[in-house]
Amino acid sequence: MTDSFEPVIVGFTCNWCSYRAADAAGTARMKYAPNVRLIRLMCSGRLDPTFVMKALASGADGVLITGCHPGDCHYIDQNYKALRRFLLLRRTLKGLGVEPERIKLVWASAAEGLKLTNEINAFVEEIRALGPLHWPKWDSNGHTAEKQPILEVTA
Amino acid sequence: MSEKPKFAMYWAASCGGCEISVLNIGEKILDVDAHFEPVFWPVAVDSKYKDVEAMEDGSILLTLWNGGIRNQENEHIAHLLRRKSKILVAFGSCATEGCVPGLANLYPVEEIFSTAYHTVSTDNPQGIHPQPVVQVPEGTLTIPAMNPVLKTLAQVVDVDYFMPGCPPEPHQIAAVIDLVIAVLEGKAQLPPKGAVIGAGNSTVCDECPRARNVKHITAFKRIQDVAPLDPTLCILEQGVPCNGPATRSGCNARCPRVGAQCIGCYGPAEGVLDYGARLITAFASVVDAKEPEEIEAILDGIPDPVGQFYRFNLADSLLRAGVPAWKKNGH
Repeated sequence: MTDSFEPVIVGFTCNWCSYRAADAAGTARMKYAPNVRLIRLMCSGRLDPTFVMKALASGADGVLITGCHPGDCHYIDQNYKALRRFLLLRRTLKGLGVEPERIKLVWASAAEGLKLTNEINAFVEEIRALGPLHWPKWDSNGHTAEKQPILEVTA
Repeated sequence: MSEKPKFAMYWAASCGGCEISVLNIGEKILDVDAHFEPVFWPVAVDSKYKDVEAMEDGSILLTLWNGGIRNQENEHIAHLLRRKSKILVAFGSCATEGCVPGLANLYPVEEIFSTAYHTVSTDNPQGIHPQPVVQVPEGTLTIPAMNPVLKTLAQVVDVDYFMPGCPPEPHQIAAVIDLVIAVLEGKAQLPPKGAVIGAGNSTVCDECPRARNVKHITAFKRIQDVAPLDPTLCILEQGVPCNGPATRSGCNARCPRVGAQCIGCYGPAEGVLDYGARLITAFASVVDAKEPEEIEAILDGIPDPVGQFYRFNLADSLLRAGVPAWKKNGH
């Protein structure tokens, strides 16, 4: 790990709460780490785990999933679905050898700009401590950029 | 001599079940013989790599490729047969998505070798451990080296058509053979390049005759622990993880019809980018709990999520392999 490592984090926000929390943070001139790239969904229930897999495969070191507080979903209870997907996804990533801490779920209401700011900053430091993930870009031979073909296998 | 178009079938990292499935088409195999000249088919015809190398490029009309690309030999032959074939079909789950051999992408090659040759279940008194290159008094011996991970055929060469299934169902193979023969006779046209052939465009659930209601899962159970399984009701609804919702149709829901859960051998349904992610979505949606502890307790009923969600599809998933397969000792 080097001092120059800057985590790349993809953050998914919900249109009705957490995106507005981020907006509120901006309006109030609160600062959060620039490592997170926020993507707005209509609802955390729209979060297909495919998005997370794609983010990690494409070079993200961590993925932040945010939504309305339980009971506050604009679409009644879709954030509970997001919670269940998150928990199952975390178990699956663990099975693939990915630290489950690389994905995080945060509830933030439209009024909680400060909470979201703090959570983003904390998450960036957590990922910084974990180090880069740097999922390989497979070349046509299935080798990673860092690794040459295994020509010799030793016991 | 022969005016018949040439046919080839090859196996790479696979179990041989695809070859059996071809034989299971029954007397239809006579149609294959009537319309094609098998020029290279290791399980059935005694021809050598050098015979293929001697053929003109593009001279084989149809090559069915089964098996994943695990080592340098598989890769070499994939490139060779691509050059020699007009139509290259990724045949079966291993070729299209890696299948069970693709699960080795969870482990580094060293660990695979050590498990295969040096664990208690292996009788290997001399401690034999294969080496790609070995010096013996008579000279240098080589065997094909392992690639770091197993790849699908399309990750190595350009593929014309994909035919899923572990193995592809005989009636689907027969239908594809009929189609190719009809094309040869000018009575039909080939589907667009890149198409999935010999399968449906929907999900296994769509072909499943079991009754489906709104699902409220309060526990996931192993199928042997649900006794008796209701023969008319959706298997997932009864708490047994059934992969039907994410799996491509084409098998006619063979397993659920006889009381076994779908394990996903026909691969991702149309439009699904990551099979496992789609199943995570499906299973998480039907869990009937809202508190994290309660949800976790229900999810404990799926003790091996990677095996459940990626049994056939790991090598073709977005991540392709587990971290230990490509990263050693930290960074």
